[in-house]
Amino acid sequence: MTTITRAVRANPPLAIGTLILACVLALTVLAPFLAPYGVAEQSILDRFQRPGVKHLLGTDQYGRDLLTRTLFGGRTALLLGLGAVALGLLLGVPIGLASGYAGGRTDEAVMRVVDAFLSFPALLMALMIVTALGASTAHALLAIGVASAPGIARIVRSQTLAVKHEEFVLAARAQGDSHAYIMFGEILPNLLPPIVIEASIRVGFAILASASLSFLGLGVQPPTADWGLMIREARQHIFLSPWPLLCPGLALALTIVGFNLFGDGVRDRLAGRA
Amino acid sequence: MSGQAAEPALQIERLSVSFATPRGEVRALREVSLEIEGGEVFGIAGESGSGKSTLAYAIMRDLAPNARVAGGAIRFAGEDLLGLAPDALRRIRGRRIAMVYQDPKSALNPSMRIGPQIAEVLEIHALASRPGAAARALELLALVNIPDPPAVARAYPHQLSGGMQQRVVIAMALAGDPALLIMDEPTTGLDVTTQARILELVADLRHDIGAAILYISHDLAVIAQVSDRVGILYAGELVESAPAAQLFHRPAHPYTRGLLDALPDIDLARAFRPIRGRLPDLTRRPEGCVFAPRCDFLEDACTRAQPPMATVGESHVARCLRWETAMAAPPMRQERRLGAASGEIAAAVASVRNLTKHYDEPGALTRWLGLARPPVHALDDVTLEVRGGEVLALVGESGCGKTTLGRLVLRLLAPTSGAVTVRRRQSGAEVTSDAEFRRVVRIVFQNPDSSLNPMKRVAAILDRPLAIQGVPRRARRLRVRELLEAVRLDAGYLHRLPRALSGGEKQRVAIARAFATGPELVVLDEPLSALDVSSQASVVDLLTELRSRLDATYVFISHDLSLVRHLADRIGVMYLGRVVELGTVDEVFRPPYHPYTRALLSSIPVPDPSVRAPTVRLEGTVPSARRPPSGCRFHTRCPSKLGRICEEVEPPLQNADGTHWLACHIPLEDLRREPPVRPASEPDA
Repeated sequence: MTTITRAVRANPPLAIGTLILACVLALTVLAPFLAPYGVAEQSILDRFQRPGVKHLLGTDQYGRDLLTRTLFGGRTALLLGLGAVALGLLLGVPIGLASGYAGGRTDEAVMRVVDAFLSFPALLMALMIVTALGASTAHALLAIGVASAPGIARIVRSQTLAVKHEEFVLAARAQGDSHAYIMFGEILPNLLPPIVIEASIRVGFAILASASLSFLGLGVQPPTADWGLMIREARQHIFLSPWPLLCPGLALALTIVGFNLFGDGVRDRLAGRA
Repeated sequence: MSGQAAEPALQIERLSVSFATPRGEVRALREVSLEIEGGEVFGIAGESGSGKSTLAYAIMRDLAPNARVAGGAIRFAGEDLLGLAPDALRRIRGRRIAMVYQDPKSALNPSMRIGPQIAEVLEIHALASRPGAAARALELLALVNIPDPPAVARAYPHQLSGGMQQRVVIAMALAGDPALLIMDEPTTGLDVTTQARILELVADLRHDIGAAILYISHDLAVIAQVSDRVGILYAGELVESAPAAQLFHRPAHPYTRGLLDALPDIDLARAFRPIRGRLPDLTRRPEGCVFAPRCDFLEDACTRAQPPMATVGESHVARCLRWETAMAAPPMRQERRLGAASGEIAAAVASVRNLTKHYDEPGALTRWLGLARPPVHALDDVTLEVRGGEVLALVGESGCGKTTLGRLVLRLLAPTSGAVTVRRRQSGAEVTSDAEFRRVVRIVFQNPDSSLNPMKRVAAILDRPLAIQGVPRRARRLRVRELLEAVRLDAGYLHRLPRALSGGEKQRVAIARAFATGPELVVLDEPLSALDVSSQASVVDLLTELRSRLDATYVFISHDLSLVRHLADRIGVMYLGRVVELGTVDEVFRPPYHPYTRALLSSIPVPDPSVRAPTVRLEGTVPSARRPPSGCRFHTRCPSKLGRICEEVEPPLQNADGTHWLACHIPLEDLRREPPVRPASEPDA
């Protein structure tokens, strides 16, 4: 008990963010066991139910249980958010690391290309990619991942510039380490804290972006449960029942806030230690 | 103020300060008492973690937010500083009490010219009107011996050298005509020749301004040169306090003795031995005497309770139960030599021929556009040999090219022209393959904080060079343990991160890494200068042992001539990218001297207040390496410049006798007739 209160008092954003993420993670992972109905189970007679005993959060226009769909929608959101950021890291980290380490003209050239990508709003870029490839969950993931890579590359590059002048890099060169080892074995471990902060804030953004794509009909396709898609479908019936809109909307907001608080908390924690 | 009765300018009584940290309460100062009279310089000496800066900040009432004054009083001219309201404090701070910090660059506002910056202080404290302030600023600049004050007043801080900047900071501190001046390591970032001038200034100021000066330094030699009375801080306690001559000649506390014995004395008058153990954890201070775990004179009573301050003599006190025994014990002498001093001339293991390194060479485009700036001449046409088994020291002030030379030898930099060849000692064969080179030639860097990757554990750090050389995994694990043992660290260190080690321990790990591959040539780039005095000698012992075991050759890069006198066989003195003198230690320390070597040797403070070496003053500052002077590079500052020949003709290295080489136009006979700078005391065996 005391350790929990102490953790909350020491770093409230980190404690609250961790709590929210733990809940979201537990609920989505355990969704098949927790959900009272099947995801696609329709009951035309029970359309637009208010929250009640039979349906804790009510039902949507096909009479599907909203609690079930919100829980399963979280799976799609986390999958897309984490997957897209993982892809972004996979692309952005090596580019930023190599560019910063190489320095000079290589760095200059790479960074101008990155700047060109950065000058598009990330969502607009994701939209372009999805439009070109066609609407599907996989393409949404790819689009958001690629769109987040330039920003990650920039952050990693600037941190690399700061670390590469440390003497341990020189010491590695003096003992004959290869450039690849110096980049990934010596410099990269020192970049992990900023990368973790950046990534956790970006996951929130990626979830929002994927929901936006689904909302526009360019991401996850029906009948898959997805928060963005649920909002899209609920929009037409908002005056009949607000519940189909409120449930995914609140879940989305809470999850994004969770990731942002977590990222901020980690940053404060690391800054305090330095 | 001076008209009042003999009231001390500063009186500190039983001051205790602690910091709240996640690991517990760190007791940074415990019951420290001292008094400073007006016109007196009180020196505080201590190693890192002794609490000397905490003391300064406590007086300034500028402690970190997690600090707490746990008890005691600080009285300034009779007024209790700790009880002062913020606005009363503002009137005193910066005016009646002023502070000079270690790093002048961060103490000055980079976007403001010097003149207005000083005038601002005067205006804030309403000491002068606007026009008056500008005139007073010039007076203050003159007071700190700045040549041409109007020109300096118009300059921005970055246009001044470090020594000049520190003078400006001192001038600002003097603006309010302070009754107490606190100087916290004011010369630590400066070169020796610059330091010598600042110390002179402090001595002058004491006569001129009559302020009490609290001078804080880790360097006992500097403290010996400036102080009237000295206090020694250890782990937050004032363990001894005495008039300077008393303290340095008849130290009573075992820690003071240990510190003095730990110094590499340039005149070889003292031992050079480490203090065993390490600073206690300040969250868990030992029950009895704080120094007990490291003390040579320990007895049972020492560990029971904190010893009281014992009166040793007139205004000489020591917090020790056994000071009488400690004082009576004969001085410890122990000769330490890193070098072999064999006398015979071995074959060269590294030959440096006409080596030149220019940084920042302009590219073709900037040259074509006419925007090219001249390159930085880091190293120019240096030729020397490193002989098998010797310790060759490269000395000189910052910017002389010694580090560049070391890195060129290591092939960490590509030379602009010239070449370095490395040969195997046994076979005489030239080392050509890259893998062999990386195995045979190694380096130890100055600062283990940055030369060890903070995210890697000791085991991984030591494993890596072996892995690169293709040692099989099982053999590596054994070898890593051996290495750790060789640098006298136990296996418990294997899984620690560098931040869990002390400075000395970190440097041991860095040394173990360098020796992992059984090297023949090791470049030591200032390996001791980031360490505390008490651990320096033990690292030297380690280097000595490793060298004799492996029959390795050392290139020892250092700015510290005292250390070099103890450790080297031969010395190369460098100035602005050139070697100006080269010879055995005895040859370099005796006439004939190169005028620069002479100035350098005379600038070194010794930990003895009765020895004040006649300093050869070097005027001006080191010229820009982008535009090095023509002819002899030292001619712009040389006190014994001959005339035009020095400006026009570059002096070649000429043979003085045997193995001694000098680059100077002054006839050797004239140089030989000069008196020696350092007393010619012979080292005891």
